[in-house]
Amino acid sequence: MNRIVALGMVLIVGALLVFTVNEYLLPFGTFPERRIGSFENESIGQRILRDAPETTGSANVVTSIVWDYRGYDTLGEATILFTAVCGVAMLFRVTRRRS
Amino acid sequence: MMAGMTVIVRTISRLLFPFLFLFGVYIVVHGHLTPGGGFQGGVALAAAVLMLLLAYGMEGAQAKVNALQAELAESLGGLILVWMGLMGIIVGLAFFKNVLPFGSLGQVLSAGSLPVFNFGVGIKVATGLLTIFYAMLRIGGGEE
Repeated sequence: MNRIVALGMVLIVGALLVFTVNEYLLPFGTFPERRIGSFENESIGQRILRDAPETTGSANVVTSIVWDYRGYDTLGEATILFTAVCGVAMLFRVTRRRS
Repeated sequence: MMAGMTVIVRTISRLLFPFLFLFGVYIVVHGHLTPGGGFQGGVALAAAVLMLLLAYGMEGAQAKVNALQAELAESLGGLILVWMGLMGIIVGLAFFKNVLPFGSLGQVLSAGSLPVFNFGVGIKVATGLLTIFYAMLRIGGGEE
């Protein structure tokens, strides 16, 4: 019984997601139009795609966003990795001493 | 201690290791030109050493990079990142500002400090994952 209820919930939520996505998703290859200040006719995505090679010198726009526009954020990601490594090392070293 | 695998697996992984390593280095070095970058290339490098680890056991992988070298190189990668970011403040601009000369678009030596960031994070991810593997294998495989 529980299993049937759970399956029904999953189907309902899935159908909801599918129908809302079909209705509200942007067409493939378009950007959400978000005005920046006085720029009337372009969105953030289009502006970054156009300006990134000149302002960062990088041919790969993803790298220019990750390391130039959002370098501080990526430093945080590297810190997360460092913390994970420290945590794993600490955890496994303690277990070795006890056993 | 973890034992190695059969002769077939050992030979294939020994022959495959340089190409896999070169592919990881390529992804890191061309991070500002082609899809990929420091994180992805670092994972490819770590996978290359992990393949040796599976085929040859702990000794085969530690002959390439031992645990102490991995930990030191991970800290070195973090230092490269932070000091390259601080370089913007030292020059007098913002933190993580792209201070080196840009060069011409599409060359390997271009895009200012982005290749340096990719290099640092590539070292950091590869050796950080290796440190995790070694730390877990030390428990699963008995003593050092």
